[in-house]
Amino acid sequence: MSIVIDTRGLSCPMPAFMVIEEIKKGTKNFDILVDNECSKENISRALKKNGFSKEEIEQSDHTIFRVSK
Amino acid sequence: MRNAFGTPVGIIIAGGLIGVIAALLQYFGNPANMGFCIACFERDIAGAIGLHSAKVVQYVRPEVIFIVIGAMIASLATKEFKARGGSSVIVRFFLGTFAMIGALVFLGCPWRAFIRLSGGDLNALLGIAGLVSGIAIGTVFIKKGFSLGRAYNQSKISGFVLPLFFAAIFLLFIIGFEKLNLSSKGPGAMHAPIIISVIAGLLVGFLAQRSRFCTVGAIRDLMIVRSTHLLFGLLSFSVAVFVLNLILGQFNLGFEGQPIAHTDGVWNFLGMLLAGLCFSLAGGCPGRQLILSGEGDNDAAVFVMGMIFGAGISHNFGLASTPKGIGPFAEIAVFAGIAFVLAIAFFNTRRAR
Repeated sequence: MSIVIDTRGLSCPMPAFMVIEEIKKGTKNFDILVDNECSKENISRALKKNGFSKEEIEQSDHTIFRVSK
Repeated sequence: MRNAFGTPVGIIIAGGLIGVIAALLQYFGNPANMGFCIACFERDIAGAIGLHSAKVVQYVRPEVIFIVIGAMIASLATKEFKARGGSSVIVRFFLGTFAMIGALVFLGCPWRAFIRLSGGDLNALLGIAGLVSGIAIGTVFIKKGFSLGRAYNQSKISGFVLPLFFAAIFLLFIIGFEKLNLSSKGPGAMHAPIIISVIAGLLVGFLAQRSRFCTVGAIRDLMIVRSTHLLFGLLSFSVAVFVLNLILGQFNLGFEGQPIAHTDGVWNFLGMLLAGLCFSLAGGCPGRQLILSGEGDNDAAVFVMGMIFGAGISHNFGLASTPKGIGPFAEIAVFAGIAFVLAIAFFNTRRAR
C-alpha cells in the first residue's frame, strides 16, 4: 500500500523535514496528511522545488496531499 | 497562491514593514535599539504584574499584547485559527523559561539581536553567532529525529485563554489599576504613546501571522530544509531597520556605550546560544510563539508563559545582565540551562522513526 506521511499536530520544521527525508529516499508517489496552513505552504514549496506535483484532497480536519513525480 | 504573504515577495514586504515599524517605535519613544524586543517586553510585563521587582524594567507593553491579538484577528479572519495543544507541555514551559534566561544574559531576543546590529551595536554580532550556534545544535537533534510529539485539537475556548489574559492586563493598565508596577525611570519608562504601540502591535501581528515571519526559522530552515524563504524576511527586516536608523539618526557604530547592552562577548555568545537552542527545539523565535499563541496554539502560549516566568526568575535571582555586565549568578544559570536543554533534546530523539 502507498506510503503515508502523517504530519498532523507536528510543529515546524518537522512536517517539511519529514517530506524532504522521504524525497531523499527516492520515493516518487506518497500521501501527506497536513493540518495547518503554515505547514501546507512549507511542504508545497519543498515539493515544487523538487519537481513534484500534488492533488489536494480535503478531509474534515486535515488535507491529504497526494504527490507524484 | 492562496496566501499573498506566503510568496518570496510577500515575506520580503512583511519583513521590511516589520523592520520599519520597529525603527519608528524607537523614534516615537521606545528604548534605543529595542524597537520591539519580545524578550525585553515580556520581561517588562512580568515586572508590571509583580513577578520581579527590578524597578527600571516594568511596563505593560502594548506591542506584545497586540501582536497576539493582531495574530488572533488575522487567523480568525482567514479561518486559520485552530485551538490545539498537548505536545510536551511542561517541557515547552521550561524551554521558554531558559530561553528568557539566555536572552536576558545577552539583553535581547533574536529580533532585538538583529535590531541591535542594524543600529550599529557590534556586540550583537557575538549574540547572533551564539544564536546561530544554538540553532545549529538544535538542528543536529532535529535531523536525528528529535520531536516534542504531536499536538491535538482542543476546545476552541482554549485558544482564547492567552489572548484574554493579555487583554485583561491591558485593560487593567488602561483603567490605571494601582497594583501594576510601572517604571518611572530606566528603559521601562521609555515608551511610545500607547495608541502607537497598539497599532504597531496589531500591524506586526497581522504581518507576521500572514507571512509566518520567524527569525529562528530563517536560520533553521536554511540548515534543515535548505529553504531561504524565511531568511529573505529576516534580511529584509534587518535592512529596513538599518536604513530607517540612518534616516532617523539612530545609527551608532561600535562596541562601547551601546544602549541597553554590555560588552562581555563570551556571555553575549553563550546567552544567545542557550536561547537559540531553546527556540529551535520549541519550533520558533519568541515573536513566532506569540503569533502561534494568537492562532490558538496552546503549546506556544505555554512557552510564552514560561518566558514570562523566566523573566521573573532572571531578575529575582540576579541572572539578568545590566549595561554594566552580566548578573552575579548568570554563568551557573546558563550552564544549567544548556545541560537541561541538551538532556531534553537527547531524551526526545529517536534515531529510527
